[in-house]
Amino acid sequence: MGRGGSGRLGQLTVSRNVTTSKQHVAAESRVFVERFRELEGVWSANGSSWFVERRREAFECFTALGLPTPRDEAWKYTSVAPIKKHAFRCEAGHIDESSLRPFAIEGLEATRLVIVDGVFRADLSQLGGLEDGVVAESLATALSSRRAQIEPRLSQQAEMNSQAFVALNTALAEDGAYVHVAKNIDVSRPIHLQFVATAEKAPLMAHPRVLIDVESGARVKVIEDYVALNDGAVYLDNVVTEVFVAENAHVTHQKLQRESSAAFHVATIAVEQGASSTFVSTSVSFGGALVRNDIHALLAGQGVECTLNGLVVGADRQHTDNHTRIVHAEPHSSSWELYKSVLDDKAHSVFNGKIYVAKDAQKTDAKQTNQGLLLSESAVIDTKPELEIYADDVKCTHGATVGQLDEDALFYLRSRGIDSQSSRDLLVFAFASDVVDHVEIEPLRGLIEELVFAKLPKSSLLESSH
Amino acid sequence: MLEIKNLHAKVDDSAILAGVTLTIRPGEVHALMGPNGSGKSTLGKVLAGHEAYQVTEGAVVYRGRDLLEMEPEERACEGIFLAFQYPVEIPGVSNTYFLRTALNAVRKHRGEPEIDAFDFLRIVKDKGELVDMGDDLLTRPVNEGFSGGEKKRNEIFQMAVLEPYLAVLDETDSGLDIDALKTVAAGVNALRGPDRSFLVITHYQRLLEYIVPDFVHVLHAGKIVKSGGKELALELEEKGYAWVEEEAVGSGS
Repeated sequence: MGRGGSGRLGQLTVSRNVTTSKQHVAAESRVFVERFRELEGVWSANGSSWFVERRREAFECFTALGLPTPRDEAWKYTSVAPIKKHAFRCEAGHIDESSLRPFAIEGLEATRLVIVDGVFRADLSQLGGLEDGVVAESLATALSSRRAQIEPRLSQQAEMNSQAFVALNTALAEDGAYVHVAKNIDVSRPIHLQFVATAEKAPLMAHPRVLIDVESGARVKVIEDYVALNDGAVYLDNVVTEVFVAENAHVTHQKLQRESSAAFHVATIAVEQGASSTFVSTSVSFGGALVRNDIHALLAGQGVECTLNGLVVGADRQHTDNHTRIVHAEPHSSSWELYKSVLDDKAHSVFNGKIYVAKDAQKTDAKQTNQGLLLSESAVIDTKPELEIYADDVKCTHGATVGQLDEDALFYLRSRGIDSQSSRDLLVFAFASDVVDHVEIEPLRGLIEELVFAKLPKSSLLESSH
Repeated sequence: MLEIKNLHAKVDDSAILAGVTLTIRPGEVHALMGPNGSGKSTLGKVLAGHEAYQVTEGAVVYRGRDLLEMEPEERACEGIFLAFQYPVEIPGVSNTYFLRTALNAVRKHRGEPEIDAFDFLRIVKDKGELVDMGDDLLTRPVNEGFSGGEKKRNEIFQMAVLEPYLAVLDETDSGLDIDALKTVAAGVNALRGPDRSFLVITHYQRLLEYIVPDFVHVLHAGKIVKSGGKELALELEEKGYAWVEEEAVGSGS
């Protein structure tokens, strides 16, 4: 398959009346237009960088697409209308080391890059401990000093032609993280990308960009960790991560989203995998007001293994939408997906899992599972598998279940002396555990377990004996 | 220990227990026998506090307290243990984690401190040997993928760890081969003592060769229609339940 331009497998084509869309955008997306004009001012003052043309193109795309509406099939269950109500500004908060202490992952020895409101902060980051041949640095730095390495990668996998938020990020991203692992290097420590939102009263927005480029035979674990200093603060995080996993390389990508309960978090992870490579993703969302994760994996070689796991723990009126798309382009590749959600109150979660098997992708083995646990009568789950299969010798299965706590199991636990609330919590925890247990980085797994507990109604018994 | 008086219970509007009266004193082993559908398992569930079973009449006094007032977990903490006929599988919860949580709940209720990891492991090892619980059964999720015999052994193992005053064994023998039956019975016998009572619910006399009861009762249509010593079980084995039922009908009860 050729790279770049149109015609990528599974890509949707855009056919809209551009003139009408522009008028439409002008009204509802003024904040984005203003921000783009500001940036254009900066670029013309500082001399144009090689990436500016791409940004202009991206903004054209965004203008043509407009923010998604419920008429867009991919946004049928998720309305971005609340995002349109706020006059978001871009502004990097002034914080120091002490503000980050509550978000430390206990026991984690990692190379840490801290990105505050979309801007890399060297003073808060710990960049040491990397093997020779490994780069982990600010994307802005890499843009100016590593053009030759970055140009063939950046904005090559995430599709700005069809996705408004990707286009917007491409146009407005100022900074983020760049990770490059040279051939055959096994990176021993995880690379922890911590994204900090400092918004208080005024709504801020950030468009951080991540590029992870792993050469053949190399191995690395990356954590994307989203935190907010103020719970209840309103802000927009619009992130795009591109991951290139070359032949035989192994990438573990673990995303932890633990943001403000009023946050808007829209993220796209676009992955391209070469032959015999492995990509393992775990995405854990504790939710904001609106969380949307798109993961698009292109299995571009033979013998690829791709695992996408996800957990949503939602309460109140939180809305969390996970869209995955796996494209099997070549024969003999496998993909596994396990997405689970636990919802209380009036929380709403969406899972849309697309599996595309190209005509040549014989012997594909794809398995998709989505399970939901509803803890209240008003919680809602929408689940939609989409299988598009053009090869005739494949194994593709999907299954979705939604249910409540098992009354027999509850009685069994209670009959052993465990109180009703603890029994419920134990069952919820058990439900979440097959996703949580797959988190390879132990300190991170421990933190996720704690956060699951913290989000549940309190049960002293379990905390004490865990 | 336990005093059941004229107990009536129903599930989904169909009456199952129609006036059960039974007294169990400390250290006694009572066997409750009867044909399918006579209400044996219902009695076990009612004693454990299953919410689907509604008590409509009668009283149950357990160690001087009104049992029917208590939540299932309180009954367990007060020393009632039900070995389930069909133990429930709980994916995602390891057997030892589950048991430690349960043991700590019971200890907390009694005002005892939480058990530390070392002591807990020692208890698990000691009690596990009683019913031959291998390490993999301890670390696997509760009952998940266990064979029928393993599930029943797990019930007895839990009972051994939680040390109840009153254990109700609901058809613990059903589906067991003779070796598994012997293992389970040996586990139960090891736990017999002057302060612990058992209500052994079974359809077959076979179990009672290994767990020898002090009393045998026959339940028919929700009522105990005949009581006797251990020899009653043999008689039932020989003659079936029909004669007891006829007797019950004949006597007008």
